Amino acid sequence: MSEGFVALYLFMLAAFTGYEVIGRVPAILHTPLMSGSNFIHGIVVVGAMVALARAETPIELAIGFLAVLLGAGNAVGGYAVTERMLEMFKRKRPEGEG
Amino acid sequence: MPLFLEIVYFAAAILFIVGLKQMSSPVTARRGIVWAGLGMVVAVLVTAVGLWPANFVLMTLALLIGGAIAWSTSRVVPMTAMPQMVALYNGMGGGSAACIAALELLHPEAEHGLTVLALAVLGGLIGTVSFSGSLVAFAKLQGWLDRSFVFPLQQLVNFGLFTLTFLAGIGLLVYPQSEALLLIFFLLALAYGVMMTLPIGGADMPVVISLYNALTGLAVGFEGFVLDNAAMIIAGTVVGAAGSLLTQLMARAMNRSLGNVLFSAFGAGPQEEGAAGEEGEMKEIGPVDAAAMLAYAADVIVIPGYGMAVGQAQHKVWELTELLEAAGVKVRFAIHPVAGRMPGHMNVLLAEAGVPYDKIYDLEDINADLPHTDVALVIGANDVVNPAARTERASPIYGMPILDADRARNCIVIKRGRGKGFSGIENGLFYADNTRLLFGDGQQAVARLIQEVKRF
Repeated sequence: MSEGFVALYLFMLAAFTGYEVIGRVPAILHTPLMSGSNFIHGIVVVGAMVALARAETPIELAIGFLAVLLGAGNAVGGYAVTERMLEMFKRKRPEGEG
Repeated sequence: MPLFLEIVYFAAAILFIVGLKQMSSPVTARRGIVWAGLGMVVAVLVTAVGLWPANFVLMTLALLIGGAIAWSTSRVVPMTAMPQMVALYNGMGGGSAACIAALELLHPEAEHGLTVLALAVLGGLIGTVSFSGSLVAFAKLQGWLDRSFVFPLQQLVNFGLFTLTFLAGIGLLVYPQSEALLLIFFLLALAYGVMMTLPIGGADMPVVISLYNALTGLAVGFEGFVLDNAAMIIAGTVVGAAGSLLTQLMARAMNRSLGNVLFSAFGAGPQEEGAAGEEGEMKEIGPVDAAAMLAYAADVIVIPGYGMAVGQAQHKVWELTELLEAAGVKVRFAIHPVAGRMPGHMNVLLAEAGVPYDKIYDLEDINADLPHTDVALVIGANDVVNPAARTERASPIYGMPILDADRARNCIVIKRGRGKGFSGIENGLFYADNTRLLFGDGQQAVARLIQEVKRF
């Protein structure tokens, strides 16, 4: 199997996984879940770091710097917001109620 | 790529998927975000170590600054502003993917062929549109921008802009490393994102944010192919697919197609002729009478809307609920799928106030009960209870499922003033015979109700 096809299979399987994971979510969790998936694409920061490490000229360094800064913002902000939302599901689990 | 890096990315991908899975149940949701967060921290740390010492100072600085800005802003915003914060952070991710594309196009890896270059361009295009589009969505929800911005032939202009952007992208494949063309490409993509989002307003914003979330995921996935980074491919694609499904669910909840949301300029067209004259007049009710009506009802269904959220009235509403229940009234909450600014937003706010899940019902589960309910208490909701969605073909919300508050025996609407809501559509419910309006800011109005109910 050529490398391009491995990537294609990866793409397909990941797409199905994403579809399946969200498919059975109660409406109550839609907003936290959107926020949570927003956090997960914050993995872009890793790619941004790789890109910055390769940068050489000043303009490349500037773009790379921006990439890492924005990516870090995505990851950290996404986490903080999701965590704050989900925090609200913790407090109330009154005994005897289901 | 070193083996240990591969292993860590593999583990991170597993943590992301398991985390997302756990986030889809209220019981495990909090654990889910912690797991995903762990995956992220490990991936970032190991990447930093693996890249050492290339541009290390700059990298650390960017990580710290970006992280600090996002952390501090995310801590101070109120829960009601969460949707625009999601838009903001999502836009940052799109921008980051676009920057990665720009770097790849400026300075392609030697062994990269046309396919990789095309993926970089595509990811760059999507990421940039998501970046500028999300920022416009943020500005709109924050109230910095007018609700919608419409001009004649807008769709044609936008289509032309998109075509130009696309052509510039193809040009980049033919003339790689042309810096002028690269600049033109990104400027066009930025402009397209802005123009595409400007005409969309009102109740459609959540759908758009969800769409941009999916798009950013896709852009990250594409840039993952470019950088040969499996964690990015998997995480980006999973989010792209999950986000697309979520976007569809939201659009469907409003009984509109995605195309309709994107290209029909919500609330702009027919409303001039459509709902001009409502029959009857608004009938006001004082807190004393309203409290009596509630306290002597057998059952009450509370329909909260965004007005409850901005008024921070959810805690008071729960206090009122507890009082009424002590008086033997059966109280339930009915949540419209798009109540608030995002699906599930209202559930989050009610959970914050301590309302148990089993009192909260979805539209399909409770609508049949509304006609034999004594009182429907509408707090700061408007479009989701507008009967025009059932009857008036000319209305922009025609066909959207609504909560049948107008069919309850009595309806009390808590409302700030006589004006129209966020979407600017007239609402016949406010003029109906069985409707009484209690004017006031959500929190104050409910506080007065609590005082009065306590006397019974």
